[in-house]
Amino acid sequence: MAAAEHAAHKHPYHLVDPSIWPLIGSIGGVLLAFGAATFMHPDIFGAEHKDTVAALGLWKIVPGLALILVTMWFWWADVIRESRIYHTPVVQLGLRYGMILFITSEVFFFLAFFWAFFDSSLYPGPENMPMRSEATGGVWPPKDIHPFDPFDLPLMNTLILLTSGTTVTWAHHAILEGDQKSAVRGLLLTVVLGIFFTCVQAYEYAHAAFGFREGIYPSVFYMATGFHGFHVIVGTIFLIVCLFRAMKGHFRPEQHFGFEAAAWYWHFVDVVWLFLFFAIYWWGLGNAVPAAH
Amino acid sequence: MAYGTHAAHGAHEHQDHVPGFFVRWFLSTNHKDIGTLYMVLAATAGIIGGAISIYMRLELMNPGVQLMNWHENPGHHWNAMVTAHGLIMVFFVVMPALIGGFGNWIVPIMIGAPDMAFPRMNNISFWLTAAGFCSLVMSIFIGGGAGTGWTIYVPLSASGHPGPSMDFAIFALHLAGAGSILGAANFITTIFNMRTPGMTLHRMPLMAWAILVTAFLLLLALPVLAGAITMLLTDRNFGTSFFDPAGGGDPLLFLHLFWFFGHPEVYIMILPAFGIVSHIVSTFSRKPIFGYLGMAYAMVAIGVVGFVVWAHHMYTVGMDVDTRAYFMAATMVIAVPTGVKIFSWIATMWGGSLRFPTPMLWALGLIFLFTIGGVTGVVLANAGVDIALHNTYYVVAHFHYVLSLGAVFGIFAGFYYWIGKMSGRQYNELFGQIHFWTTFIGVNLTFFPMHFSGLAGMPRHYIDYPDAFQFWNQMSSTGALITFASTLWWVFVVFHTLLAGRRVGANYWGEGATTLEWTVSSPPPFHTYEELPKVTAAAHH
Repeated sequence: MAAAEHAAHKHPYHLVDPSIWPLIGSIGGVLLAFGAATFMHPDIFGAEHKDTVAALGLWKIVPGLALILVTMWFWWADVIRESRIYHTPVVQLGLRYGMILFITSEVFFFLAFFWAFFDSSLYPGPENMPMRSEATGGVWPPKDIHPFDPFDLPLMNTLILLTSGTTVTWAHHAILEGDQKSAVRGLLLTVVLGIFFTCVQAYEYAHAAFGFREGIYPSVFYMATGFHGFHVIVGTIFLIVCLFRAMKGHFRPEQHFGFEAAAWYWHFVDVVWLFLFFAIYWWGLGNAVPAAH
Repeated sequence: MAYGTHAAHGAHEHQDHVPGFFVRWFLSTNHKDIGTLYMVLAATAGIIGGAISIYMRLELMNPGVQLMNWHENPGHHWNAMVTAHGLIMVFFVVMPALIGGFGNWIVPIMIGAPDMAFPRMNNISFWLTAAGFCSLVMSIFIGGGAGTGWTIYVPLSASGHPGPSMDFAIFALHLAGAGSILGAANFITTIFNMRTPGMTLHRMPLMAWAILVTAFLLLLALPVLAGAITMLLTDRNFGTSFFDPAGGGDPLLFLHLFWFFGHPEVYIMILPAFGIVSHIVSTFSRKPIFGYLGMAYAMVAIGVVGFVVWAHHMYTVGMDVDTRAYFMAATMVIAVPTGVKIFSWIATMWGGSLRFPTPMLWALGLIFLFTIGGVTGVVLANAGVDIALHNTYYVVAHFHYVLSLGAVFGIFAGFYYWIGKMSGRQYNELFGQIHFWTTFIGVNLTFFPMHFSGLAGMPRHYIDYPDAFQFWNQMSSTGALITFASTLWWVFVVFHTLLAGRRVGANYWGEGATTLEWTVSSPPPFHTYEELPKVTAAAHH
């Protein structure tokens, strides 16, 4: 992989070497699907093996998950290694397109859950849906549901995420100035705030007045905030990787796309939270009496 | 430098340095090899999906249950076969062939790029599709199959299928969907970022435009499906009640989410075929395409409007009459840009110096038969008419005319147009024409009678039918057998071409074939361009 060969090209693009990780990651995907199916259906190999399969519990998804995590680690390590030589300005522009498009697809993923929320919250008791009316009492939040007080922990979480948006911007400006020390500090603060958010969310889940299986409100609430929480964890890990890279001095004022992608992702997670906060926590509170913590 | 691990080699030597078998076909980062892999997957899945349809047509040859009665529950088995056929054909035949296959092979060459923007991600798009296919096969064999149709409507797909088959089908869609989303981001980035100097968007070949629009549809539609089937998965296995009215949920929510994806999906399948047809019609008329900009923006319009018409699949579910009126009007609007395309193809041929080799026959077949499917689509767009025709064989006839006789004709058109470019060997013209005419007769014999059985009221998704429908069904089944025989003939044509085909040069179609792929050798070098080609206003699309 000599740089001299690279110069033989008369174009600025990065033609990537063959890699085993796409194959390994896809095998991990099938194994994860199979493991999840055996988890959901312990009788999949017949009734006589049901207890044995059930005894394995969540371990059944470990092989698939492990292959996927290994793939992510080594694939992205390859990307970081390649970036020093092959990520010309045009290649970096391509990576920007790629990240923006990925985030766009994520927005549409969340659209499905917001659609479910508005379907149930705007029409909790339509005349042509008697079973729903009976289940919800014709109101939103449904009868017997005591939602969280939006101006308690959820508001604090909003402030935590908004603050983390400013600290990540501080880190970005530090990188642009070539100030490694401030960049590390900004990133460290962002990561701490991200972990703080996850802890508060976990505390909130643990003290919820409604369980996951108790009808449409918990379904929507846990699915939407749960997938958001998962994205927060992913974004936090992404920022932790950037933190270590910043400490190693990977980011230069003229080239630091890995950091920018993490920052964009973090802002996306932040914006989704704002929609969750305003729609599900606040507007969705309606006239209900929030549960006391 | 890809494949440059032998750094000692000279720079001029490695351009066609092709790696060994395992590395080349399993670890590939080459758009042409990955395109070939997609086509092999699509052909394999196509034979399986086609065999399933023959199995079904043989069952429908006569009233009563004669073939599937080996199964303990023949009616469910029938529905499982319908589902397998639909999901295989949509996700593992048409999409891999048109987008993964021709899109990968041709678009980078057409826009003057040495490869895709993310070559390694390109490979995981393929392998995730293959992984999805594995999961779908497991869905067929483990747990008796999913008998829901490709639309996987609740409650049948929720409480109606307690076994693992439905979960495997859901995972198949997750895996293939993830692959397609990554592929879509890859195509958009490639087309926006890697066009060669001078290749402005308004000089870009129509196939690249078609793939660009298709990629946007994939990027925005598939995540919504992913969300919907994730909610279905938790409803099935973890006690949520998104689609269960007893818990305050809404079955119609699933239908809306599914068709918000499902309707763009049908354009995802046909737009690349439109792109292929544009090149073929232009080449064999020896004229530039008529109304190039109109053709490009007609596809953009189809893509945009395609996102706001989804509920025309749901006229019978009890929607408000105003809602139905809106979706009816919006649906009919799509006929306008589609008409722009059909008439522009005809205008391209008008006054042209026409030739009719096999790819032109398939392209003309597509224009003719897709138009029939489009016209029955306008009929079905009427909410009132659809009340009578919903879930009858008229609908089956309609969507097979636009897909089997539209998208699949596009695949074969592209195959005969580009196989010489891809393999360096040309098909036998007589063999190709035999394939076209036998398929043309077969598919029309299969699907045209379905208009009549459907108008007479024959419902879909049943293993049996009243004696009165026997005439049309025997005709359909006979046509299906002819089509399948013709498809096996095509398999022979493929091997004959690859093993014994005449070797061809760079531009074997001669005057009329003006896009960049005709400037490079057949097959093109492993990395097509070491030096980027320059495009000027005179030589484009």
